[in-house]
Amino acid sequence: MGFFSRFLIPNPSPVIYSSMVAIGVTVLLIIFGLTHFKKWFYLWSGWLTTVDHKRIGIMYLISALLMLFRGGVDAVMMRAQLAVPDNKLLDSQHYNEIFSTHGVVMILFMAMPYIMALMNFVVPLQIGARDVAFPRLNAISFWLFFMGAMLFNISFVIGGSPDAGWSSYFPLAGNEFSPHVGTNYYMIGIQIAGIGTLMTGINFLTTILKMRAPGMTLMKMPMFTWSALVTSIIIIFAFPVLTVALIMGTMDRLFATKFFTMTDGGMDMLWANLFWVWGHPEVYILILPAFGLFSEIIPTFSRRNLYGYRSMVASMVFISIYSFFVWTHHFFTMGQAAYVNSIFSITTMVIAIPTGIKIFNWLFTMWKGRIRFTVPMLYSIGFIPLFTIGGVTGVMLAMSAADYQYHNTMFLVAHFHNVIIPGVVFAVLGAGTYYWPKMFGFMLNERIGKWAFWFLTIGFCLAFFPMYITGLDGQARRIYTYSESSGFGPLNMISFIGAALMAISFVLIVYTIYYSIRHAPRDVVGDDPWDARSLEWATHNPVPEYNFAIIPQVNSRETFWDAKYKGHELFKGDYEKIHMPNNSGGPFIMSCIFFVFGFALVFSIWFLAIIGLIGIFVCMAHRSFEIDHGHYISVEEIKATEAKFGGVNKWK
Amino acid sequence: MKELFPAKQVWGFVFSLILTVVALLVYFFNMSKATGMTIFILTAFIQAAVQLVVFMHARETDDSKSIFMTLYGAIFLALITVFGTILCMIWGWSY
Repeated sequence: MGFFSRFLIPNPSPVIYSSMVAIGVTVLLIIFGLTHFKKWFYLWSGWLTTVDHKRIGIMYLISALLMLFRGGVDAVMMRAQLAVPDNKLLDSQHYNEIFSTHGVVMILFMAMPYIMALMNFVVPLQIGARDVAFPRLNAISFWLFFMGAMLFNISFVIGGSPDAGWSSYFPLAGNEFSPHVGTNYYMIGIQIAGIGTLMTGINFLTTILKMRAPGMTLMKMPMFTWSALVTSIIIIFAFPVLTVALIMGTMDRLFATKFFTMTDGGMDMLWANLFWVWGHPEVYILILPAFGLFSEIIPTFSRRNLYGYRSMVASMVFISIYSFFVWTHHFFTMGQAAYVNSIFSITTMVIAIPTGIKIFNWLFTMWKGRIRFTVPMLYSIGFIPLFTIGGVTGVMLAMSAADYQYHNTMFLVAHFHNVIIPGVVFAVLGAGTYYWPKMFGFMLNERIGKWAFWFLTIGFCLAFFPMYITGLDGQARRIYTYSESSGFGPLNMISFIGAALMAISFVLIVYTIYYSIRHAPRDVVGDDPWDARSLEWATHNPVPEYNFAIIPQVNSRETFWDAKYKGHELFKGDYEKIHMPNNSGGPFIMSCIFFVFGFALVFSIWFLAIIGLIGIFVCMAHRSFEIDHGHYISVEEIKATEAKFGGVNKWK
Repeated sequence: MKELFPAKQVWGFVFSLILTVVALLVYFFNMSKATGMTIFILTAFIQAAVQLVVFMHARETDDSKSIFMTLYGAIFLALITVFGTILCMIWGWSY
């Protein structure tokens, strides 16, 4: 029993027990369903072993939606607990665990994979490539992310969730104050997912620099590809810091090193410092692709080209460099001198300038445009004013002297939700609708989608605007209850109602998908349902395995628009046989071993960890000696596929 | 025969061994912390440069320009991170 008692939950509650049952039942149902419908082989050969960037993108999308559900449930539970004063719904420990996992899940396992989903699916199509530069590495990236996320997620039924906040500051996250395994899950789960993200960054940087279609110079790339390029660069420079910080934290917890301890020469605030050296660029890793997505949606539905292309690119490059100069603004109250705070105050405020340029560029794009109010466009239009409010409160927070008032209050919580939800969430939901026909070959229902948008937007305003007020009045974040005499009650009740509306919006989004799978017509008009402007719409819906039967010739910024309306020739020449990468089970198997390795480390089961580590190296060695030249798609096969879809120039 | 002998790599290897020995001397000789750290930092950076140029073939391909641009970017951001951290945690620490 001694060995197994480590897997018990330290603070069990009926909710957790019922989740255990629910997880068990779901797993059994999935296994039963796969067996009953004889889908195991399909799952293995079609999805688990795939190296196709489009399928990997779809798997990212599904994972992101699942994690959105999990993080959303956490959020609603938090708001329910705070809805009335002195509430007894959750105890303090449970509340700590919920806000910690909510943060990690939403940032790293919802927003990141959602962005990765769209990058994976769209970028190779936008640059006219057949796949990413390293397809096998791309599969490893996805499966490492997935296994890291799963490892993190089982924490609440096996061993206990992390409870030191999503930023997991030491000394609170050290063994002394967090003795149970929750924070180990945090350190190792994020580490595994982070390695995957780093590989994605390298992969997309190479893809975008090396695999663009002939004629597409850097300044002719679509804006989303530009944002993916800049994001990849930030990932490559920022994620190693996280890797190192997490290794140091893991060593402190597992091997009693003294990096972040308060005694023996350790420096506890160094964790906060390193965390935000990564953490602030991470914010831009999320928001820049979101900006890129808005820059695709807004011109399409305004029927105008993007205003200020060069200034858009310049401001993104500027943001990418400046994102590394501002991290200290996350801990202005740590105790450094006023002049240090002033430096980082100014660098922080400066970032508002390029962001402002982008906001004005979107407004000028819409100016005098013929705007169509589709679901993606609604999200984009909603984004502009709401994100601006979030940005302005960000400048308020950037004033280090005033930050002593806001620090760690609900004002801060309101601020970062106000940039992340209208910024990132609106972008991925809008772009999810926009690219849905590209991914699956049918449109999402617009009517239900609009309802979901309004529920989300109104719910968002109700949920987060009251927090600005309670925050200024002194309601601290991460505190599980408050007294009636504080007067925070009514505003928190409004927040809860807002959170409930957002939950309804999520249900509506899922229902749109379900409804459209059942009822939407499968024949999308001319492969180009939105009358779009960039290259990804020049191929068929859903996209064939090889993306483009003939590699397109690019000679302008809005290639597809010019091909449609100005008579540019996109596809010149004849079909040739196409070289494609082979599927491989390697990435999936290696990531499963990573999961076992991580699990063993979390619980300090050393023999299993050593076996896991050996297994990982065996996988790498196997890959090094493997001979795999890919395969060819013959001209006859391409002809047959193209005939089925209506030919390369069907859109003409 | 001369073309077959990898003179550059052999000299690079010898040079990197010398650098390692020099760094190791800090342990065996009694010197001040400042001198020791200076030797460490100098030998470490020269060592990294030798590895990059000699063994990782940083200069030998057409894309060496982009390799060095990335490298300089990385060094720049590393310096910002290191000195920014020292600024927050040591120089500007007032408590």
